[in-house]
Amino acid sequence: MQNKKYTRREFIRNLSVTALGGMAIPLLSSCTKEEAEDFLQKHFREMTEEDKKRVISKLEQRYLQKYGRKFQISTKEAVPETFWGYGLELSRCIGCRRCVYACVKENNHSRHDPQLQWIRVLRLKRGNLINLENSEHYYAPDLVPEKGFIYLPVQCQQCQNPPCVKVCPVHATWQEPDGIVVVDYNWCIGCRYCIAACPYKGRVFNWAEPNIPKEEINPSVHYLGNRPRMKCAVEKCTFCIQRVRSGRYPACVEACPTGTRKFGNLLDPDSEIRYIIDRKRVFRLKEDLGTEPKFYYFFEA
Amino acid sequence: MKKETKAIAFGIFLLGFCFTSSANAAGEEFPVAPPPMTEGMFPCSSCHASLEVNRKKRELKEEHTQIKLHHAETMRWCLDCHDIKNRDKLRLYNGELINFTESYRLCGECHGPQYRDWRAGIHGKRTGYFMGSGKRTYFLCAHCHDPHEPKFKPIKPESPPFLPTDKDKEHAK
Amino acid sequence: MEKLRETLNETWHFYKKTLILVAQGSKAYYGWCFLLLAIIIVGFLSYLKQHEVGLIATNMNDQVSWGLYIANFTYLVGAAAAAVLLVIPSYVYHFKPIKEIVILGELFAASSIIMAILFVMVDLGRIDRFWHMIPFVGSMNFPQSLLAWDVLALNGYLFLNLLIPIYLLVKFYYHKEPNWKFILPFILLSIPMAVAIHTVTAFLYNGLPARPFWNASILAPRFLASAFCSGPAIIIIIFQIIRKISSIKIEDGALFKISELIAYAMFLNLFLLSAELYKEYYSQTVHIAAFRYLFEGLHGHNQLVPWIWAAMTMNVIAFIIFLIPQTRKRLATLNLGCLLIIIGVWIEKGPGFVIPGFVPDPLGEIFEYIPNSLELMVSFGIWATGLLIFTLLMKVAIPIETGKFTHTEYEEKISAFKTLLKKSIG
Repeated sequence: MQNKKYTRREFIRNLSVTALGGMAIPLLSSCTKEEAEDFLQKHFREMTEEDKKRVISKLEQRYLQKYGRKFQISTKEAVPETFWGYGLELSRCIGCRRCVYACVKENNHSRHDPQLQWIRVLRLKRGNLINLENSEHYYAPDLVPEKGFIYLPVQCQQCQNPPCVKVCPVHATWQEPDGIVVVDYNWCIGCRYCIAACPYKGRVFNWAEPNIPKEEINPSVHYLGNRPRMKCAVEKCTFCIQRVRSGRYPACVEACPTGTRKFGNLLDPDSEIRYIIDRKRVFRLKEDLGTEPKFYYFFEA
Repeated sequence: MKKETKAIAFGIFLLGFCFTSSANAAGEEFPVAPPPMTEGMFPCSSCHASLEVNRKKRELKEEHTQIKLHHAETMRWCLDCHDIKNRDKLRLYNGELINFTESYRLCGECHGPQYRDWRAGIHGKRTGYFMGSGKRTYFLCAHCHDPHEPKFKPIKPESPPFLPTDKDKEHAK
Repeated sequence: MEKLRETLNETWHFYKKTLILVAQGSKAYYGWCFLLLAIIIVGFLSYLKQHEVGLIATNMNDQVSWGLYIANFTYLVGAAAAAVLLVIPSYVYHFKPIKEIVILGELFAASSIIMAILFVMVDLGRIDRFWHMIPFVGSMNFPQSLLAWDVLALNGYLFLNLLIPIYLLVKFYYHKEPNWKFILPFILLSIPMAVAIHTVTAFLYNGLPARPFWNASILAPRFLASAFCSGPAIIIIIFQIIRKISSIKIEDGALFKISELIAYAMFLNLFLLSAELYKEYYSQTVHIAAFRYLFEGLHGHNQLVPWIWAAMTMNVIAFIIFLIPQTRKRLATLNLGCLLIIIGVWIEKGPGFVIPGFVPDPLGEIFEYIPNSLELMVSFGIWATGLLIFTLLMKVAIPIETGKFTHTEYEEKISAFKTLLKKSIG
């Protein structure tokens, strides 16, 4: 009797230990070396200058290996006395989606599996503006604009009172001093609570490792902006943080063929965006939700 | 005495220069892109300097036949904007001649609100740097609106995003 | 210090004994455990695939970014909260029939919470970054983020529902009187904790103005009402199974008392549902879209419609069964009612709650979501894990409760001899 008990206990013990060990091995091996190194990386806001330099050089090496290009990764901080605002003239948007693909190229989006786009252009029937339930996202006519329709591009609105920042359980997303809401891609745990919280569908998720064609990669990146991301991290429009902090227009502003998109510093009274707010009839989407977006729509016709 | 007169004359000349400069100042402050001329067309005077001037309003049959004027064509024709004597210049209402690089001043004579908005940067297109000393390029009216036929033609849109269910089809692209 | 050392020694000895206990059992027991292990292994392998490729292996996407995992999580947190319906009668009202089985109920709550936590963990995109959520080590966004509150509440409740039963069981094992001064505060704390975990889970949906289907103040009361139906219903069924296969005596009176409470909870659930339906269908604002999608179908998309109507029918029938004393007090109809509630509330609170929150999405897009086989495998794996843990806990708890598994006099003498030996050597 005693022996039987002993062997059974031993058997159970050995079985559970081997099972645990056996399960751990595939789990650990599925982590690439990259992920093992990234495991202990600090939150970007807690990094010292040295930490940042180290992380940057590690990333530069990695990108060189992966994409064959020398990357310039900036960690440039917000320019003092700047607060970015965006203007979009609805009467001029023709729904051509050039902004969408300029953004995709500039910001190193995954092209397929999954396809990620930060800008989404909605087509609405004339006579209807606010009830987005009747919008069409997948219109594909031969020519735009189509008669009887208007087009409404939507992207992250860089809210002043961002619901996504409020709900993130790990502080992976926050608002920078110049008003841009950014994500530390290496800190995000992929819970997707922010995607549920965003009223504008501004945030998208890397459901798998991104697929970026090597020849289309953009090597001038910002750590918090358009550097190539990894699987299972959230991303969103950053007002082209890599451009605006040096004073350049975002890629979508430059790509629009009808001059629909306007950008500027809300704190500068001579800026284009202040001109718009002062003289045109501006509105913001879903203002009743109290998010205080910095994306102003206006129109004349 | 002579010295004083010289000084006064010089001062008046300077003042006059300043006034005329300010009249032209509007034209000089915008870093515009080169005007969108057809290849080999400019300078126009290479042909027109030797041609006879015909002020009669007519449809052109020999040259410039590809230009269809759909821009207040009931009220004016080519020579109301292009200067008669010097085809390298455009003509404002008051007779002033301007370069093609300042063509916005001509457009602004009728399209005042758009011109004001363009000067502020909220009409039309600007690329490059908006802050600091980096290079910036302002697009002329003519870059987006063909001055002879300004209405935008519809263009082909880029492809729509993949449907969420199209996971397999994505591989093709 | 000496007392603590003694307690730890006792607990360690107890643990070693329980290992022997769970390793022995009837053929049916082994069969059941190995079946669950098989399901767990399949689920785990599927999870490994998901971990390797990323969440693209599931059917979730940017439009419907939470799916089967979070649906199950919501349901299981509710089931765990239901243990409070056993704790209150036994410790506050000293209702004897329930007092005998309250420990089993708390262990059920612990298994349920473990399942809920596992569901959240498999839903995370980057489980290797889980340490970012730990306060002070990572950077937990407390108190702004409701998910942070949820982590604390769930782990706190799990801790309570493991501490209390295990403490009491160890004391029973050693024939010692539990120190009620020590344990009663924890027990009384578990009552508001149970309400808290489900309220926090409701608030995490409630606080999103982007999702009008969830942004309703009625959410927290509805969650509690449906939790107090479904959890006890599972408990009633499980206790009847336990009663049959082991020697523990569970009085019918206990089951009937619980079912009375279910009747009240189900009434509240149905009433709150009608209040929501009235508000949406009478005001007819744009926000009715999600309700239309759920109950009628929207623009031709009507996948959830048969499910929700089935759930509604089941809930109403179950309510009637529980309302009428004759049907409530007959075991056959009682069990039918319980099964109807378990399935009905799962549909209503799981897919019927999470998915319409995403349809239509904030930009008006409608995308229907069905879980794929990988998600189903992982979900089954986690349910099997919870069942296995519960089985093992019951395998230990029931013999202790019935007095069959105790620290015998023979063992007492052995351990006294061992301590004497240690003292003489050391």
